[in-house]
Amino acid sequence: MTIASPAAVAAKPTRSWSETIAFAVMVGFFLIAPLFIYPLFLMKALCFALFACAFNLLIGYVGLLSFGHALYFGWASYVCAYTAKAWGLTPELAILLGAATAAVLGLVAGSIAIRRQGIYFAMITLALAQMMFFFAVQAPFTGGEDGIQAVPRGYLFGVIDLVNPMNMYFTVLAIFLGCFLLIYRIIHSPFGEVLKAIRENETRAISLGYKTDRYKLVAFVLSATFAGVAGATKAIVFQLASLTDVDWPMSGEVVLMTLVGGLGTVFGPVIGAFIVISMQNYLAQIGQWVLVVQGTVFVICVMLFRRGIIGEIAHALRIKL
Amino acid sequence: MKHLFTLALAMVAAVACGTAQAQISDGVVKIGVMNDMSGTYADLSGQGSVVAAQMAVEDFGAAAKGLKVEIVGADHQNKPDIGSNVVRQWIDRDQVDMIVDVPTSSVALAVNQIVKEKNKVFLVSGAAASDLTGKACSPNTIHWTYDTWALANGTGNAIVKTGGKTWFFLTADYAFGHALERDTAAVVEKNGGKVLGKVRHPFPATDFSSFLLQAQASKAQIIGLANAGADTTNAIKQAAEFGIVRGGQSLAALLIFLTDIKALGLPTAQGLVFTEAWYWDQNDANRAFAKKFAERNRGVYPSMIHAGVYSAVTHYLKAVSELKTDSDGKAVVEKMKSMPTDDSLFGKGTIRVDGRKIHPMYLFEVKKPAESKGPWDLYKLRATIPAEEAFRPIKEGGCPLVKS
Repeated sequence: MTIASPAAVAAKPTRSWSETIAFAVMVGFFLIAPLFIYPLFLMKALCFALFACAFNLLIGYVGLLSFGHALYFGWASYVCAYTAKAWGLTPELAILLGAATAAVLGLVAGSIAIRRQGIYFAMITLALAQMMFFFAVQAPFTGGEDGIQAVPRGYLFGVIDLVNPMNMYFTVLAIFLGCFLLIYRIIHSPFGEVLKAIRENETRAISLGYKTDRYKLVAFVLSATFAGVAGATKAIVFQLASLTDVDWPMSGEVVLMTLVGGLGTVFGPVIGAFIVISMQNYLAQIGQWVLVVQGTVFVICVMLFRRGIIGEIAHALRIKL
Repeated sequence: MKHLFTLALAMVAAVACGTAQAQISDGVVKIGVMNDMSGTYADLSGQGSVVAAQMAVEDFGAAAKGLKVEIVGADHQNKPDIGSNVVRQWIDRDQVDMIVDVPTSSVALAVNQIVKEKNKVFLVSGAAASDLTGKACSPNTIHWTYDTWALANGTGNAIVKTGGKTWFFLTADYAFGHALERDTAAVVEKNGGKVLGKVRHPFPATDFSSFLLQAQASKAQIIGLANAGADTTNAIKQAAEFGIVRGGQSLAALLIFLTDIKALGLPTAQGLVFTEAWYWDQNDANRAFAKKFAERNRGVYPSMIHAGVYSAVTHYLKAVSELKTDSDGKAVVEKMKSMPTDDSLFGKGTIRVDGRKIHPMYLFEVKKPAESKGPWDLYKLRATIPAEEAFRPIKEGGCPLVKS
C-alpha cells in the first residue's frame, strides 16, 4: 500500500520551525487542560493519541496498513492489568511488561505479515489479531467478556500515589510526550528516511541496497510496542482491561483517528484521536444518535478534507506539521 | 461550553432549593441511567429505562414530597472504558447520586468498582453477572432484576419438574456460555434429569445447522441454549427451519427478553421456554404500567429490565426520603436493605445482605400464534419459582459482606 504525499517527499529532513511551534502549543495545552477539561477524559484521549501515533508510524511513514493493531493495544492492556493486579507489580513495571508483550507479538505478527503487500498485508494482520482475540475470549486469566476489573493504580516508582487524578494525569502526559518525541526522532532519523523511501518506491529502495524487509519489520515492531505502551497505560488509567480493546472495531477506530487527523503528519493522529474520543464521550448523552453523528462526521471528513485536518492545514499553509 | 452550561444549571438548582434541602447533596437527587442506547441491548434497556425511571419518579410523587429529582441518561456503547469515564464524570462533576440499569457485565463490573470507591449507589437491572452479588459484591450495589444463576436455576429446575427430563446443550464457547451450561446442567441433574450431550459453538456464530442436527439426533426432550443475544435468536430461527419444535423437542433459552421474542415473531419462537422476573400481562398493575410505558416508548412494551429500573428507582427514592439525605451511598443502600421492598410491579420483596433483591421468578412459554390476542401478547406462564428458591443461596456466592 503506497500512499504518495508530495509534501513529505519535498520536505527536508531537518526539524522545521512550524513543528516546534506546534509542539510547544500542544505541550502548553496539555499542561493547563486539566484545569478545565475532565482529567480522566484527557487521559483516555492521550492514550488513544499515542495509539494513533504508533499506528501512523506504520501507515504514514512506511505505507503499511495494519488492520490488527488492537492486538498489541489490547494484549498489552491485559498483561499490564494482570501483572498489576495478580502479581502486584508497580505501574511502571506493569506498563513495561505490557509494552514488551506487544513488542514480541509485533515481532511474530510482523515477520509473517511483511512478506505480503497491500490488502494481503492488511488481511494477515487482521487474521492474526482475530486469532488472539479468540484466545482472549477463552483464556481464563483475561476474565472472558467480564475483563480484568479492579486493577490497582498503585504507586509510581513505589512513591507517587496514582489514585490522585492529577498525579495520574501528569504520569500519562509524561508517557505520551516521551513516546511522541521518540516517534518524532525515529521518523526524522536516517532510519526514518529509509522508511519513507520504502513507502515511496520499495523496488528502488531495494535496488539501492536496502534490505527493505528488515526495515519494515523493525518499523512494525516499533509501532506495535508504542501501541502496547498506549494500551498498558489505558489499563492503569481505567483500572480495567476488556475485550473491547482487542476486538477488531478497535483496529478500525485507530485507522479512523489517523485518517481524520491526517495520515503521515506528526500531529494529525493526536487531533484525530481527540476528535473521535470526544465524540464517543460527549455524544454518550444523546443516546442512540451517537453512531449517526459519528458516521456523518466521517463522511464529511472524507468528502471535504482528504488529507485529514492537520494535513489540510499543513497543505494550505505550506508548512510541515 | 457544555460544562459551563451544566455547571450553571447545577448552580441555579443549588440556589433554588439549597436552603430547604440542606442534606441532599447539591439539593437534587440526581439519577444516572446508563445503558446501551444504540447496540444489541438498546431495545431491552436503552431509552426505555430512562422512561421507566421518569415514571418511577412521577409515580412516587417526588415533587410533592419535597424531593427534587433529576434524571440523566447516557449510552455506554457496551464499552467498559466509555462507561467508567461517564460514571466518574457524573459523580465527580455532575453530582450524580445513583446509577441504575447498566447491561453488559464488563461495564457493570467496572461501574460497581467506581461506585464503591466514590460511595454512591448502584442499582443493577440490566446486567446478568451473578458475580455482582458474589465475589464482586459491594456495600453500594444492589442487583435488582435477575442474574445468570436465577435464570439457569429457574429454567433447569422448573422444566425438569414439568416433565423435561432429558437435555442437550448448545453452548457458546466462552466463559459466559460455559457458566450458564454448568449451572443449568447441575440443576437438571440435581432434580433427577439427565444431560444426554452438549455441543460448543464458536462465539459469535451465524450458522447453527450442524449443531442443531446433533441436538436433534440426540433425541433429548429439551435443547438448552446456553448463549445470548444474536446467537440465541439465530439458533432459534434456524431451529424453526429445521422443524425441531414441531418434531416434539422443546427449546429452552437461558437468556432472552421480551423484545427478542417480539423480534423473532410467534411463528418462529412458539414453544420456547425460558425464565424471566416480570411480564407485563401478569396482573392489572403491570398492564396499566405497560400501557402508560408503551405510550411514552414508541409503542414498545416494557421488558423485565425496564420494570426492574422502575422498581429499583422507587425503592431508592423511598429510602432517600426517609433518610432525608443522599450523600452517603452506603447508608442509603443499608436503609434500602433494611426496608422491605413494595412497589406496584414486583410486589413485596426483600434485599439480602449481599445486595441481591429477592422476588419470585417465572417460567414462561412463548404462545402459539393462534393463542395470541394482541401484538404484545406473547407469553403464557408455565411455573412460578418461589422467591426463596429463585436466587443463589447466600452462602454459596462467596460475597465478603456475608459473615459466615
